[in-house]
Amino acid sequence: MPFKYFGKINFTPYTKVDKFAEYLQQGKLMGTQCKKCGEKYFPPRADCLKCMNDTYEWIEYSGKGILHSYTTIHAAPKGFEDIAPYTLGIVDLKEGGRLIAWIKDIPDKELKINMSVKVIPRIFEEIEEIKLYYTIEKP
Amino acid sequence: MKVGIVGIGHGKFGNRSDATVQELAFEPFKQAIEDAKNLRRDNIDALVVGSVPEYHMQRSLPGVVAEYIGMNPKSTWLTEAACASGSAAIRTAYMSIKSGMHDIVAVIGVQKMRELSTEEILALMGRVGDVQWESIFGTTFPGYYALYANRHMYEFGTTKEQLALVAVKNHYYGSMNPNAFFQKEVSKERILSSDDVAYPINVFDCCANADGAACVIMTNEKLAKKFNDTPVWFEGLGSASAQMSLLRRPNLVEIPSAVEAAKQAYSQAKVKPSEIQIADVHDCFTIAEIMAYENLGFCPKGKGGKFIEEKQSYIGGKTPVNVDGGLKAKGHPVGATGVSMTTEIVKQLRGEAGKRQVTGAEIGLTHNVGGIGQYTFVHILRR
Repeated sequence: MPFKYFGKINFTPYTKVDKFAEYLQQGKLMGTQCKKCGEKYFPPRADCLKCMNDTYEWIEYSGKGILHSYTTIHAAPKGFEDIAPYTLGIVDLKEGGRLIAWIKDIPDKELKINMSVKVIPRIFEEIEEIKLYYTIEKP
Repeated sequence: MKVGIVGIGHGKFGNRSDATVQELAFEPFKQAIEDAKNLRRDNIDALVVGSVPEYHMQRSLPGVVAEYIGMNPKSTWLTEAACASGSAAIRTAYMSIKSGMHDIVAVIGVQKMRELSTEEILALMGRVGDVQWESIFGTTFPGYYALYANRHMYEFGTTKEQLALVAVKNHYYGSMNPNAFFQKEVSKERILSSDDVAYPINVFDCCANADGAACVIMTNEKLAKKFNDTPVWFEGLGSASAQMSLLRRPNLVEIPSAVEAAKQAYSQAKVKPSEIQIADVHDCFTIAEIMAYENLGFCPKGKGGKFIEEKQSYIGGKTPVNVDGGLKAKGHPVGATGVSMTTEIVKQLRGEAGKRQVTGAEIGLTHNVGGIGQYTFVHILRR
Protein backbone atom coordinates (compact mmCIF):
# COMPACT_ATOMS: atom_id res chain seq x y z
CA MET A 1 0.00 0.00 0.00
CA PRO A 2 2.12 2.90 -1.24
CA PHE A 3 2.06 6.26 0.53
CA LYS A 4 0.46 7.86 -2.53
CA TYR A 5 -2.91 6.56 -1.32
CA PHE A 6 -2.71 8.70 1.82
CA GLY A 7 -4.82 11.86 1.57
CA LYS A 8 -7.56 13.21 -0.66
CA ILE A 9 -4.75 14.62 -2.77
CA ASN A 10 -1.27 13.27 -2.11
CA PHE A 11 1.68 15.56 -2.77
CA THR A 12 4.50 13.25 -1.60
CA PRO A 13 4.13 9.70 -2.91
CA TYR A 14 7.62 8.78 -1.71
CA THR A 15 8.83 8.91 1.89
CA LYS A 16 10.98 6.84 4.22
CA VAL A 17 7.91 6.28 6.38
CA ASP A 18 5.64 4.98 3.61
CA LYS A 19 4.58 1.99 5.69
CA PHE A 20 2.32 4.45 7.51
CA ALA A 21 -0.27 4.07 4.73
CA GLU A 22 -0.20 0.29 4.91
CA TYR A 23 -0.90 0.38 8.65
CA LEU A 24 -3.61 2.96 8.13
CA GLN A 25 -5.38 0.63 5.70
CA GLN A 26 -5.29 -2.04 8.43
CA GLY A 27 -7.01 0.42 10.73
CA LYS A 28 -3.90 1.27 12.72
CA LEU A 29 -2.67 4.75 13.50
CA MET A 30 1.09 4.41 13.76
CA GLY A 31 3.85 6.71 14.88
CA THR A 32 7.58 6.10 15.11
CA GLN A 33 9.99 5.72 17.99
CA CYS A 34 13.73 6.31 17.80
CA LYS A 35 15.62 3.08 18.49
CA LYS A 36 18.42 4.95 20.22
CA CYS A 37 16.89 7.63 22.46
CA GLY A 38 13.28 6.39 22.52
CA GLU A 39 11.73 9.69 21.39
CA LYS A 40 8.24 9.17 19.90
CA TYR A 41 6.94 10.94 16.82
CA PHE A 42 3.57 11.70 15.37
CA PRO A 43 3.59 12.55 12.50
CA PRO A 44 6.14 9.75 12.06
CA ARG A 45 9.78 10.54 11.26
CA ALA A 46 12.48 8.24 9.93
CA ASP A 47 15.28 10.39 11.35
CA CYS A 48 15.30 11.39 15.01
CA LEU A 49 14.95 15.14 15.53
CA LYS A 50 16.47 14.91 18.99
CA CYS A 51 19.54 12.64 18.65
CA MET A 52 19.85 12.41 14.82
CA ASN A 53 19.77 8.62 14.91
CA ASP A 54 18.34 7.13 11.71
CA THR A 55 16.84 3.86 12.96
CA TYR A 56 13.30 3.66 14.29
CA GLU A 57 10.43 1.31 14.95
CA TRP A 58 6.68 1.66 14.47
CA ILE A 59 4.46 2.06 17.51
CA GLU A 60 0.69 2.07 17.59
CA TYR A 61 -1.17 5.15 18.78
CA SER A 62 -4.53 4.85 20.52
CA GLY A 63 -6.02 7.77 18.60
CA LYS A 64 -7.19 9.28 21.87
CA GLY A 65 -6.54 12.96 22.31
CA ILE A 66 -7.67 16.46 23.12
CA LEU A 67 -8.87 19.04 20.58
CA HIS A 68 -6.25 21.82 20.51
CA SER A 69 -7.94 24.13 17.99
CA TYR A 70 -10.28 24.01 14.99
CA THR A 71 -11.49 26.02 12.03
CA THR A 72 -14.10 25.67 9.32
CA ILE A 73 -12.69 26.20 5.85
CA HIS A 74 -15.10 27.95 3.49
CA ALA A 75 -12.63 29.06 0.81
CA ALA A 76 -11.07 25.74 -0.20
CA PRO A 77 -7.97 25.13 -2.30
CA LYS A 78 -7.93 23.14 -5.53
CA GLY A 79 -9.15 19.59 -5.11
CA PHE A 80 -11.17 20.33 -1.97
CA GLU A 81 -13.91 22.60 -3.38
CA ASP A 82 -16.33 19.66 -3.59
CA ILE A 83 -16.25 19.02 0.17
CA ALA A 84 -16.26 22.66 1.39
CA PRO A 85 -17.15 23.88 3.92
CA TYR A 86 -15.24 21.40 6.06
CA THR A 87 -14.03 21.62 9.64
CA LEU A 88 -10.41 20.91 10.51
CA GLY A 89 -9.16 20.13 13.98
CA ILE A 90 -5.74 19.87 15.56
CA VAL A 91 -5.49 17.09 18.12
CA ASP A 92 -2.91 16.70 20.87
CA LEU A 93 -2.50 12.93 20.95
CA LYS A 94 -2.46 11.11 24.27
CA GLU A 95 0.88 9.45 23.49
CA GLY A 96 2.40 12.77 22.39
CA GLY A 97 2.54 14.51 19.05
CA ARG A 98 -0.24 16.18 17.11
CA LEU A 99 -2.23 15.72 13.97
CA ILE A 100 -4.55 17.72 11.79
CA ALA A 101 -7.63 16.14 10.22
CA TRP A 102 -11.27 16.66 9.34
CA ILE A 103 -13.74 16.60 12.18
CA LYS A 104 -16.36 14.05 11.24
CA ASP A 105 -19.36 13.56 13.44
CA ILE A 106 -19.25 16.51 15.82
CA PRO A 107 -21.52 19.46 14.89
CA ASP A 108 -19.70 22.81 14.91
CA LYS A 109 -21.80 24.14 17.78
CA GLU A 110 -20.74 21.23 19.97
CA LEU A 111 -17.04 21.77 19.28
CA LYS A 112 -15.01 22.95 22.22
CA ILE A 113 -11.28 23.40 22.46
CA ASN A 114 -9.92 20.94 25.05
CA MET A 115 -12.69 18.38 24.52
CA SER A 116 -11.77 14.68 24.33
CA VAL A 117 -11.78 13.23 20.84
CA LYS A 118 -10.73 10.07 19.04
CA VAL A 119 -8.88 9.77 15.73
CA ILE A 120 -10.16 6.98 13.48
CA PRO A 121 -8.43 5.58 10.35
CA ARG A 122 -10.74 5.79 7.32
CA ILE A 123 -11.00 4.91 3.64
CA PHE A 124 -13.01 7.02 1.18
CA GLU A 125 -15.77 4.64 0.24
CA GLU A 126 -17.66 6.78 -2.24
CA ILE A 127 -14.85 6.94 -4.79
CA GLU A 128 -13.31 4.10 -6.78
CA GLU A 129 -9.69 4.96 -6.16
CA ILE A 130 -8.24 3.96 -2.79
CA LYS A 131 -7.73 7.01 -0.57
CA LEU A 132 -6.75 6.67 3.05
CA TYR A 133 -7.15 9.28 5.75
CA TYR A 134 -8.23 9.69 9.35
CA THR A 135 -10.93 11.70 11.04
CA ILE A 136 -11.51 13.33 14.40
CA GLU A 137 -14.61 11.95 16.08
CA LYS A 138 -16.38 11.69 19.42
CA PRO A 139 -14.53 9.31 21.75
CA MET B 1 30.79 50.36 10.58
CA LYS B 2 27.09 51.13 10.44
CA VAL B 3 24.87 50.40 7.45
CA GLY B 4 22.13 52.81 6.47
CA ILE B 5 19.45 53.61 3.93
CA VAL B 6 20.03 56.57 1.61
CA GLY B 7 17.25 56.15 -0.92
CA ILE B 8 13.70 54.79 -0.94
CA GLY B 9 11.05 54.19 -3.56
CA HIS B 10 7.55 52.72 -3.50
CA GLY B 11 5.30 51.88 -6.43
CA LYS B 12 1.51 51.76 -6.43
CA PHE B 13 0.25 48.49 -4.92
CA GLY B 14 -2.87 46.79 -6.22
CA ASN B 15 -4.06 45.32 -9.48
CA ARG B 16 -1.17 46.11 -11.79
CA SER B 17 -2.24 44.25 -14.89
CA ASP B 18 -0.67 47.18 -16.75
CA ALA B 19 2.92 46.07 -16.18
CA THR B 20 5.36 43.14 -16.20
CA VAL B 21 7.36 42.24 -13.09
CA GLN B 22 10.47 44.04 -14.33
CA GLU B 23 8.44 47.12 -15.25
CA LEU B 24 7.02 47.16 -11.72
CA ALA B 25 10.55 46.86 -10.33
CA PHE B 26 11.73 49.85 -12.36
CA GLU B 27 9.31 52.32 -10.69
CA PRO B 28 10.62 52.30 -7.09
CA PHE B 29 14.21 51.81 -8.29
CA LYS B 30 14.06 55.07 -10.26
CA GLN B 31 12.41 56.84 -7.29
CA ALA B 32 15.04 55.54 -4.87
CA ILE B 33 17.92 56.81 -7.01
CA GLU B 34 16.21 60.22 -7.27
CA ASP B 35 15.47 60.19 -3.55
CA ALA B 36 19.19 59.85 -2.79
CA LYS B 37 21.43 62.85 -3.35
CA ASN B 38 24.07 62.74 -6.12
CA LEU B 39 23.60 59.02 -6.66
CA ARG B 40 24.05 57.63 -10.14
CA ARG B 41 22.85 54.20 -11.15
CA ASP B 42 26.39 53.10 -11.94
CA ASN B 43 27.47 53.86 -8.37
CA ILE B 44 25.40 50.88 -7.24
CA ASP B 45 27.45 47.72 -6.73
CA ALA B 46 24.84 45.03 -6.51
CA LEU B 47 21.11 44.32 -6.73
CA VAL B 48 19.28 42.00 -4.36
CA VAL B 49 15.79 40.97 -5.39
CA GLY B 50 13.30 39.78 -2.78
CA SER B 51 10.51 37.76 -4.36
CA VAL B 52 8.68 34.45 -4.29
CA PRO B 53 9.43 32.86 -7.67
CA GLU B 54 6.51 30.46 -8.02
CA TYR B 55 4.01 33.28 -8.64
CA HIS B 56 5.68 34.44 -11.85
CA MET B 57 5.69 33.17 -15.41
CA GLN B 58 9.26 34.51 -15.72
CA ARG B 59 11.74 32.20 -14.08
CA SER B 60 14.91 33.44 -12.37
CA LEU B 61 13.68 36.94 -11.69
CA PRO B 62 16.91 38.85 -10.89
CA GLY B 63 18.08 38.17 -14.44
CA VAL B 64 15.23 40.00 -16.07
CA VAL B 65 15.03 42.74 -13.41
CA ALA B 66 18.76 43.52 -13.56
CA GLU B 67 18.58 43.77 -17.34
CA TYR B 68 15.45 45.95 -17.45
CA ILE B 69 16.57 48.44 -14.79
CA GLY B 70 20.07 48.63 -16.29
CA MET B 71 22.20 46.94 -13.63
CA ASN B 72 24.21 44.58 -15.88
CA PRO B 73 26.98 43.54 -15.39
CA LYS B 74 26.70 44.17 -11.64
CA SER B 75 26.16 41.33 -9.20
CA THR B 76 22.57 40.28 -8.57
CA TRP B 77 20.76 37.49 -6.72
CA LEU B 78 17.37 36.44 -5.39
CA THR B 79 16.48 36.04 -1.74
CA GLU B 80 13.44 33.98 -0.82
CA ALA B 81 11.76 33.53 2.55
CA ALA B 82 8.10 33.38 1.51
CA CYS B 83 6.23 36.54 2.58
CA ALA B 84 9.40 37.75 4.32
CA SER B 85 11.51 37.64 1.14
CA GLY B 86 11.83 41.45 1.12
CA SER B 87 13.34 41.60 4.60
CA ALA B 88 15.51 38.58 3.83
CA ALA B 89 16.85 40.51 0.83
CA ILE B 90 17.62 43.49 3.07
CA ARG B 91 19.46 41.18 5.46
CA THR B 92 21.68 39.82 2.67
CA ALA B 93 22.33 43.37 1.42
CA TYR B 94 23.32 44.35 4.98
CA MET B 95 25.69 41.38 5.20
CA SER B 96 27.32 42.18 1.88
CA ILE B 97 27.94 45.80 2.88
CA LYS B 98 29.04 44.94 6.40
CA SER B 99 31.56 42.43 5.06
CA GLY B 100 33.05 45.06 2.77
CA MET B 101 32.24 43.05 -0.33
CA HIS B 102 29.91 45.74 -1.66
CA ASP B 103 29.62 49.47 -0.95
CA ILE B 104 26.21 50.42 -2.31
CA VAL B 105 23.44 47.88 -2.74
CA ALA B 106 19.93 48.28 -4.13
CA VAL B 107 17.23 46.00 -2.72
CA ILE B 108 14.05 45.58 -4.73
CA GLY B 109 11.11 43.67 -3.36
CA VAL B 110 8.74 42.86 -6.19
CA GLN B 111 5.81 40.56 -6.81
CA LYS B 112 3.03 40.03 -9.28
CA MET B 113 0.37 37.91 -7.64
CA ARG B 114 -2.06 38.09 -10.52
CA GLU B 115 -0.09 36.54 -13.38
CA LEU B 116 -1.29 33.04 -12.68
CA SER B 117 -4.82 31.81 -13.27
CA THR B 118 -7.22 31.48 -10.35
CA GLU B 119 -6.92 27.71 -10.81
CA GLU B 120 -3.14 27.85 -10.37
CA ILE B 121 -3.42 30.22 -7.42
CA LEU B 122 -5.86 27.85 -5.70
CA ALA B 123 -3.43 24.98 -6.25
CA LEU B 124 -0.53 27.02 -4.80
CA MET B 125 -2.72 28.03 -1.88
CA GLY B 126 -3.26 24.35 -1.08
CA ARG B 127 0.47 23.81 -0.59
CA VAL B 128 1.40 26.55 1.88
CA GLY B 129 1.78 24.22 4.83
CA ASP B 130 3.52 20.89 5.32
CA VAL B 131 2.36 19.00 2.22
CA GLN B 132 3.03 15.53 3.64
CA TRP B 133 0.83 15.64 6.75
CA GLU B 134 -1.31 18.79 6.53
CA SER B 135 -2.14 19.91 2.96
CA ILE B 136 -3.75 16.53 2.22
CA PHE B 137 -6.68 17.68 4.39
CA GLY B 138 -7.20 20.93 2.48
CA THR B 139 -5.45 23.35 4.83
CA THR B 140 -5.13 26.97 3.68
CA PHE B 141 -3.23 30.11 4.70
CA PRO B 142 -6.26 31.72 6.38
CA GLY B 143 -7.03 28.30 7.84
CA TYR B 144 -3.70 28.13 9.64
CA TYR B 145 -4.07 31.64 11.08
CA ALA B 146 -7.65 30.72 12.00
CA LEU B 147 -6.32 27.80 14.06
CA TYR B 148 -4.04 30.31 15.82
CA ALA B 149 -6.91 32.78 16.24
CA ASN B 150 -9.29 30.24 17.72
CA ARG B 151 -6.69 29.06 20.22
CA HIS B 152 -5.80 32.67 21.10
CA MET B 153 -9.47 33.39 21.71
CA TYR B 154 -9.72 30.29 23.90
CA GLU B 155 -6.64 30.99 26.01
CA PHE B 156 -6.88 34.76 26.38
CA GLY B 157 -10.49 35.67 25.67
CA THR B 158 -9.58 37.58 22.51
CA THR B 159 -12.76 38.40 20.55
CA LYS B 160 -13.79 38.64 16.92
CA GLU B 161 -14.59 42.31 17.58
CA GLN B 162 -10.99 42.90 18.62
CA LEU B 163 -9.78 41.22 15.43
CA ALA B 164 -12.08 43.49 13.43
CA LEU B 165 -10.68 46.58 15.18
CA VAL B 166 -7.26 45.84 13.69
CA ALA B 167 -8.79 46.01 10.21
CA VAL B 168 -10.67 49.22 11.12
CA LYS B 169 -7.39 50.88 12.14
CA ASN B 170 -5.41 49.72 9.14
CA HIS B 171 -8.07 50.77 6.66
CA TYR B 172 -8.33 54.14 8.43
CA TYR B 173 -4.62 54.80 7.90
CA GLY B 174 -4.68 53.15 4.47
CA SER B 175 -7.17 55.82 3.41
CA MET B 176 -4.30 58.33 3.75
CA ASN B 177 -1.74 56.31 1.77
CA PRO B 178 -1.76 57.00 -1.99
CA ASN B 179 0.25 53.82 -2.65
CA ALA B 180 -2.28 51.57 -0.89
CA PHE B 181 -4.50 49.11 -2.78
CA PHE B 182 -7.54 50.14 -0.67
CA GLN B 183 -7.84 53.77 0.32
CA LYS B 184 -11.22 53.67 2.02
CA GLU B 185 -12.26 53.36 5.64
CA VAL B 186 -14.19 50.24 6.59
CA SER B 187 -16.57 49.93 9.56
CA LYS B 188 -16.38 47.27 12.24
CA GLU B 189 -19.89 46.10 11.32
CA ARG B 190 -18.93 45.57 7.68
CA ILE B 191 -15.85 43.58 8.71
CA LEU B 192 -17.81 41.38 11.11
CA SER B 193 -20.55 40.73 8.58
CA SER B 194 -18.21 39.93 5.69
CA ASP B 195 -18.12 36.37 4.30
CA ASP B 196 -16.53 33.53 6.27
CA VAL B 197 -13.17 32.37 4.97
CA ALA B 198 -12.03 30.09 7.78
CA TYR B 199 -13.76 30.49 11.13
CA PRO B 200 -13.09 32.83 13.00
CA ILE B 201 -11.53 34.68 10.05
CA ASN B 202 -13.76 36.64 7.67
CA VAL B 203 -12.86 38.12 4.30
CA PHE B 204 -12.09 41.49 5.90
CA ASP B 205 -9.69 39.86 8.38
CA CYS B 206 -7.47 38.92 5.42
CA CYS B 207 -5.03 41.06 3.49
CA ALA B 208 -5.42 41.03 -0.28
CA ASN B 209 -3.04 39.59 -2.82
CA ALA B 210 -1.62 42.50 -4.77
CA ASP B 211 1.01 43.39 -7.34
CA GLY B 212 3.70 45.88 -6.41
CA ALA B 213 7.31 46.80 -5.80
CA ALA B 214 9.42 48.81 -3.36
CA CYS B 215 13.11 49.67 -3.22
CA VAL B 216 15.73 50.76 -0.70
CA ILE B 217 19.31 51.72 -1.42
CA MET B 218 21.76 50.85 1.34
CA THR B 219 25.35 51.83 1.94
CA ASN B 220 28.02 52.03 4.62
CA GLU B 221 28.61 54.81 7.14
CA LYS B 222 31.52 56.26 5.19
CA LEU B 223 29.49 56.91 2.05
CA ALA B 224 26.01 57.49 3.49
CA LYS B 225 26.29 61.25 4.14
CA LYS B 226 27.42 61.77 0.58
CA PHE B 227 24.10 60.45 -0.68
CA ASN B 228 21.68 61.63 1.98
CA ASP B 229 21.59 64.32 4.69
CA THR B 230 19.39 62.09 6.86
CA PRO B 231 20.48 58.48 6.48
CA VAL B 232 18.43 56.00 8.47
CA TRP B 233 20.58 53.40 10.21
CA PHE B 234 20.09 49.70 10.87
CA GLU B 235 20.59 49.22 14.60
CA GLY B 236 19.38 45.65 15.00
CA LEU B 237 18.60 42.83 12.60
CA GLY B 238 16.93 39.80 14.14
CA SER B 239 16.15 36.70 12.12
CA ALA B 240 14.76 33.34 13.18
CA SER B 241 12.89 30.32 11.90
CA ALA B 242 10.14 28.05 13.21
CA GLN B 243 8.79 24.63 12.33
CA MET B 244 7.13 24.35 8.90
CA SER B 245 4.46 22.16 10.45
CA LEU B 246 2.08 23.58 13.02
CA LEU B 247 2.01 20.09 14.45
CA ARG B 248 5.53 20.59 15.79
CA ARG B 249 5.16 24.12 17.14
CA PRO B 250 5.42 24.58 20.91
CA ASN B 251 2.03 26.35 21.05
CA LEU B 252 -0.53 27.99 18.80
CA VAL B 253 -0.77 31.39 20.45
CA GLU B 254 2.51 32.99 19.40
CA ILE B 255 4.87 32.95 16.44
CA PRO B 256 8.08 31.56 17.96
CA SER B 257 10.34 32.90 15.20
CA ALA B 258 8.98 36.41 15.85
CA VAL B 259 9.70 36.20 19.56
CA GLU B 260 13.26 35.05 18.87
CA ALA B 261 13.95 37.57 16.06
CA ALA B 262 12.62 40.41 18.23
CA LYS B 263 14.86 39.37 21.11
CA GLN B 264 17.91 39.48 18.85
CA ALA B 265 17.00 42.85 17.33
CA TYR B 266 16.32 44.53 20.68
CA SER B 267 19.56 43.21 22.11
CA GLN B 268 21.65 44.37 19.12
CA ALA B 269 20.00 47.79 19.04
CA LYS B 270 20.09 48.09 22.84
CA VAL B 271 16.51 49.34 22.95
CA LYS B 272 13.45 48.18 24.81
CA PRO B 273 10.08 47.48 23.17
CA SER B 274 8.67 50.56 24.91
CA GLU B 275 11.20 52.75 23.10
CA ILE B 276 9.87 51.83 19.64
CA GLN B 277 8.01 54.89 18.40
CA ILE B 278 6.68 53.50 15.13
CA ALA B 279 6.32 49.95 13.85
CA ASP B 280 5.26 48.23 10.66
CA VAL B 281 4.20 44.66 11.42
CA HIS B 282 3.06 41.71 9.35
CA ASP B 283 -0.75 41.85 9.49
CA CYS B 284 -1.47 39.23 6.80
CA PHE B 285 -4.51 38.45 8.96
CA THR B 286 -5.90 40.54 11.81
CA ILE B 287 -4.89 37.88 14.37
CA ALA B 288 -1.31 38.19 13.09
CA GLU B 289 -1.16 41.86 14.14
CA ILE B 290 -2.56 41.03 17.58
CA MET B 291 0.11 38.34 18.05
CA ALA B 292 2.75 40.77 16.73
CA TYR B 293 1.94 43.28 19.52
CA GLU B 294 2.61 40.50 22.01
CA ASN B 295 5.57 38.83 20.30
CA LEU B 296 7.33 42.20 19.94
CA GLY B 297 6.68 43.07 23.58
CA PHE B 298 4.46 46.10 22.89
CA CYS B 299 2.03 44.52 25.37
CA PRO B 300 2.09 41.42 27.60
CA LYS B 301 1.25 38.00 26.16
CA GLY B 302 -2.49 37.58 25.75
CA LYS B 303 -3.22 41.32 25.92
CA GLY B 304 -3.03 42.03 22.17
CA GLY B 305 -6.81 42.24 21.87
CA LYS B 306 -6.99 44.81 24.64
CA PHE B 307 -4.10 46.76 23.07
CA ILE B 308 -6.10 47.46 19.90
CA GLU B 309 -9.33 47.97 21.85
CA GLU B 310 -7.61 50.74 23.81
CA LYS B 311 -6.27 52.17 20.53
CA GLN B 312 -2.69 51.79 21.79
CA SER B 313 -1.53 51.05 18.23
CA TYR B 314 -2.98 54.29 16.83
CA ILE B 315 -0.92 57.46 16.51
CA GLY B 316 -1.08 58.91 20.03
CA GLY B 317 -1.15 55.44 21.63
CA LYS B 318 1.74 53.54 23.22
CA THR B 319 3.16 52.19 19.94
CA PRO B 320 1.68 53.31 16.61
CA VAL B 321 1.53 50.26 14.31
CA ASN B 322 0.93 50.06 10.56
CA VAL B 323 -0.03 53.67 10.10
CA ASP B 324 0.64 53.18 6.38
CA GLY B 325 -2.37 50.83 6.28
CA GLY B 326 -0.39 47.62 6.79
CA LEU B 327 -0.68 44.63 4.51
CA LYS B 328 -4.41 44.87 5.16
CA ALA B 329 -4.97 48.13 3.27
CA LYS B 330 -1.81 48.39 1.18
CA GLY B 331 -2.20 44.88 -0.20
CA HIS B 332 0.43 42.17 0.09
CA PRO B 333 2.70 41.66 -2.93
CA VAL B 334 4.62 39.08 -0.92
CA GLY B 335 8.21 39.78 -2.02
CA ALA B 336 7.67 43.56 -1.86
CA THR B 337 6.13 43.72 1.61
CA GLY B 338 9.27 43.76 3.78
CA VAL B 339 10.85 46.46 1.61
CA SER B 340 7.59 48.44 1.64
CA MET B 341 7.56 48.33 5.47
CA THR B 342 11.14 49.59 5.50
CA THR B 343 10.39 52.56 3.21
CA GLU B 344 7.52 53.56 5.52
CA ILE B 345 9.72 53.49 8.62
CA VAL B 346 12.39 55.52 6.79
CA LYS B 347 9.75 58.12 5.84
CA GLN B 348 8.56 58.29 9.45
CA LEU B 349 12.08 58.67 10.84
CA ARG B 350 12.87 61.40 8.31
CA GLY B 351 9.61 63.17 9.24
CA GLU B 352 8.23 62.80 5.72
CA ALA B 353 5.09 60.75 6.40
CA GLY B 354 2.68 63.68 5.99
CA LYS B 355 -0.76 63.18 7.56
CA ARG B 356 0.40 59.85 8.99
CA GLN B 357 3.52 61.28 10.67
CA VAL B 358 4.34 60.19 14.22
CA THR B 359 5.77 63.42 15.61
CA GLY B 360 9.46 63.26 16.37
CA ALA B 361 9.88 59.54 15.70
CA GLU B 362 13.52 58.49 15.97
CA ILE B 363 13.37 54.71 16.47
CA GLY B 364 11.26 52.43 14.30
CA LEU B 365 10.80 48.72 13.75
CA THR B 366 9.78 46.35 10.97
CA HIS B 367 8.42 42.85 11.61
CA ASN B 368 8.11 40.70 8.50
CA VAL B 369 6.81 37.15 8.80
CA GLY B 370 7.21 34.47 6.12
CA GLY B 371 4.59 31.78 5.68
CA ILE B 372 2.86 30.93 8.92
CA GLY B 373 5.88 32.06 10.90
CA GLN B 374 8.45 29.74 9.34
CA TYR B 375 10.65 32.85 9.02
CA THR B 376 10.60 36.17 10.83
CA PHE B 377 12.84 39.20 10.36
CA VAL B 378 12.72 42.06 12.85
CA HIS B 379 14.72 45.18 11.97
CA ILE B 380 15.23 48.20 14.20
CA LEU B 381 16.02 51.47 12.46
CA ARG B 382 17.16 54.79 13.88
CA ARG B 383 17.47 58.27 12.45
